[in-house]
Amino acid sequence: MERDRGRIWNRRLFLLYMAGFSLLLLAGITFSGAIQADAALITDFSRKNLAPSLRYPFGTDWMGRDMFVRTLAGLSLSIRIGLLTAGVSSVIAFGLGIAAALGRYADGVIGCIIDVVMGIPHMLLLVLISFAMGKGFWGVVAGISLTHWTSLARLLRAEALQIRESQYVKIAGKLGKGPFYIALRHIMPHLLPQLLVGVVLMFPHAILHEAGITFLGFGLPPEQPAIGVILSESMSYLSMGKWWLALFPGLLLVLVVLMFHVIGNAAGSVLDPGQAQL
Amino acid sequence: MEKNGKGTKAGWGRFLAGKCVRGGLLLFLVSAVAFWLVSVSPLDPLTANVGQTAMGSMSQEQIEKLEIYWGVGEPPVKRFLAWVGDFFRGDMGMSLLYRQPVARVIQVRLKNSLWLMATAWVISGVAGFGLGILAGTKKDSVADRLVCAYALVTASTPSFWLALVFLMVFAVWLGWLPVGLSVPIGMEDAGVTLADRIRHGILPALTLSVTGISNIALHTREKMIQVMESDYVLFAWARGEGSRRIVFQHGVRNILLPALTLQFGSVSEIFGGSILVEEVFSYPGLGQAAVNAGLGSDVPLLLGITVISAVIVFSGNLTADILYEVVDPRLRRERRGM
Amino acid sequence: MKSNEYKGAPLLEVRNLSISFTRYEGLWRQRKQCLVRDLSLEVKEGEMVAVVGSSGSGKSLLAHGVMGLLPYNASWDGEIYYKGELLTEKRLRKLRGREMVFVPQSVSYLDPLMRVGEQVRKGARSEKSREQCQQVLKRYGLGKETETLYPFELSGGMTRRILIATAVQEHPGLVIADEPTPGLHLEAAKRVLSHFREIADDGAGVLLITHDLELAVQVADRIVVFYAGTNLEEAWAADFTDEKKLRHPYTKALYRAMPQNGFKAVSGFQPYEKEFGEGCVFAPRCEACEARCHEPVYCRKLRGGMVRCWKGEEEGDVCEIREKGRGQGGDLWEKGEDNETKMNQARVDNFLI
Repeated sequence: MERDRGRIWNRRLFLLYMAGFSLLLLAGITFSGAIQADAALITDFSRKNLAPSLRYPFGTDWMGRDMFVRTLAGLSLSIRIGLLTAGVSSVIAFGLGIAAALGRYADGVIGCIIDVVMGIPHMLLLVLISFAMGKGFWGVVAGISLTHWTSLARLLRAEALQIRESQYVKIAGKLGKGPFYIALRHIMPHLLPQLLVGVVLMFPHAILHEAGITFLGFGLPPEQPAIGVILSESMSYLSMGKWWLALFPGLLLVLVVLMFHVIGNAAGSVLDPGQAQL
Repeated sequence: MEKNGKGTKAGWGRFLAGKCVRGGLLLFLVSAVAFWLVSVSPLDPLTANVGQTAMGSMSQEQIEKLEIYWGVGEPPVKRFLAWVGDFFRGDMGMSLLYRQPVARVIQVRLKNSLWLMATAWVISGVAGFGLGILAGTKKDSVADRLVCAYALVTASTPSFWLALVFLMVFAVWLGWLPVGLSVPIGMEDAGVTLADRIRHGILPALTLSVTGISNIALHTREKMIQVMESDYVLFAWARGEGSRRIVFQHGVRNILLPALTLQFGSVSEIFGGSILVEEVFSYPGLGQAAVNAGLGSDVPLLLGITVISAVIVFSGNLTADILYEVVDPRLRRERRGM
Repeated sequence: MKSNEYKGAPLLEVRNLSISFTRYEGLWRQRKQCLVRDLSLEVKEGEMVAVVGSSGSGKSLLAHGVMGLLPYNASWDGEIYYKGELLTEKRLRKLRGREMVFVPQSVSYLDPLMRVGEQVRKGARSEKSREQCQQVLKRYGLGKETETLYPFELSGGMTRRILIATAVQEHPGLVIADEPTPGLHLEAAKRVLSHFREIADDGAGVLLITHDLELAVQVADRIVVFYAGTNLEEAWAADFTDEKKLRHPYTKALYRAMPQNGFKAVSGFQPYEKEFGEGCVFAPRCEACEARCHEPVYCRKLRGGMVRCWKGEEEGDVCEIREKGRGQGGDLWEKGEDNETKMNQARVDNFLI
């Protein structure tokens, strides 16, 4: 009787390669899109409504704008907004998660805030916040930053509470260390991997919600080459058979979000101590 | 956990009362936040609805009249309290866009949306649970890889884009299904048959189901893997129990409850998705009304929809909690004060 | 005793069993850890053999290995014979839970959401199985009402008795019990072990895996001393009355550490998997360590038992297992580059517990 499982498929290494590749591609899209932001606005009525071709891989729209360039610019914008909002959101999540672990009273208040934010359907809350901010760029940024922190905060809070109950933290307390010292020196370092994974996994949501809210008309203004704007405009041309206006920009959006998921999964698999086994 | 000792009934009463008080408080907070958000908005309902040019041509008197109609100029706290008072009397105000009582608008729209959401909720729940079990039972198998890939892709797909693609394929290209609206245009309500409703609801429901599966499938898979690696499944193998009994008796028994909880908790997500999907299919549901209310600064309607949706979300969570109490023997016996 | 076709051969024979795991180390590197190596033992019918070792020596893996329940990232090598016939995966599937039963260590081995009765009956609903279930519970002093309880409602002692009951109702030929006593007070632990003694007296073979040498000596027929993934000595329980009768320096040290024999602890710690060298695993702690102890050591027969020590050579003859086996080292046993990497003690330790 013998079984050798010496070389098991190294999933982690594979995931890390995929993540590295995704990261490069995303960086490429972000930079090239940012550089071409002006080119995305060029209208040229001599080339309007062209189906996809080698010259215009994504075709052109009714104002003769190159859809490929527009899509790149839109995705670049989405990624940058995603970075900004996920950053803000994770800072909120981290702050509140740690604060909740400080004391019973703070925990109650923060739990209540989380319940309220989660009590309104996400999309509707985005509409409300965007409405409160007078729509536009800041409406989107505020909306997404203020709504995406809840689940990560819950996760961090649970983790922090668990660490707080552990023996070594109790001993630190008995030794006369203050709650802030304990939170900073003993609890925070353990939360960093969780936080990192949480932030990366927040990007896909942030990007999808940005596109969604813009699509509905509450987000970025129509003159921006945002992906939500592109898809929203394409709706009017669907029944006229201009399928490329919606298909390709959307596909690329799916790809971008997918790559963020891949990076997040890789980070999770490598950083999560619970996944030490294969 | 507190001990009730006095039997199950008293325990239940207390449990439900506690939940309801909490729910009431939550709803009050939600409406306060929503009210605050709409009242700080720089968007002027007058300009949004009447238009800049029209206002320029109006007399001061006319503008004042309109301002009273749209509720401009009163302090927000006073307006909030007045609104809460009216709400308890069953008056949710008048929708400025639809020129109907908000309650009436919501009633009609909610009926349309509920069908859509319930269908998608059930389909995505059942399919997701099944796929999750399939994947989790045999981790790293071909089936598992496929399910994971599917979940990853749908989780990355914006529901409104998928709606657009479905629309392009099934309605425009193949011409099988109508382009939009839950009923044929220009038809009286009474003339709309069930078949019409179904035909117009298929694509929106399909879109919501497809994108809703991912979450529940991945969650179920994760739990199933945990169960399969648990000590009690190891012992079941050691006792010579078959794989069918292990999956269906031990596996399903232990993951059904968490899966149901997740699915009841995901009502909020389906609601959010329905806003986008209804917009694409011009489906006259609550989500579309919310978008119109937001774009048209119809504050009373927006507030009404917020409160109603919060009630729906809360009911979903409450159902999950009650299910846990009823089904899980650990909680059930605790309640009896054992 | 059920059949005699396999006359002469022991009920269970484990030959040169090695078990290793492939796990991640650092962020993405995979590494193979060998946690059980070159382990041999046998159990006869009506005999109770105790495998005694401190926690982290790989005892539980032995039980899982024999039952064919190792996780999918495990590799193994060696032969296991049951009733003189090689135990293949196919044969195991037939015997598992019927001929060969496993008694696990804690309540976590019971489905938390299934009533005890249903679990003992394995879901069977017939009148006969119900009756049988009640009888077997009664045998261990458990009332009818026990059947309707959920695992979280059981006390530690009840749990052990139920776990034994699940095993006994199958009328097995071999019982493998994995740490059946921890968490119980002395009296309860003794009672639990006496149940296993009864099973052995009824004719079945019992392989008891435990860390409690004192209790094991009281109930078992033979003791296999397990250290750092392998067997260092096989002795009769009666040998533990006198230090001179014992064979291996580690066993002698254990003997001296028993309360009635001076309570003297051995200095040092059991090495972690990465620290195992070529030679005797006990060498770093052994008082009588010599230069040759750092070369591979094989099992030798000595005074009716077995010992894995050079010292045995002067007194006894070479054990036959040595000729059959591949000895130590070999392809399964990783050395070299692994010794360079810094060890991750906590993880290995956690895994073994």
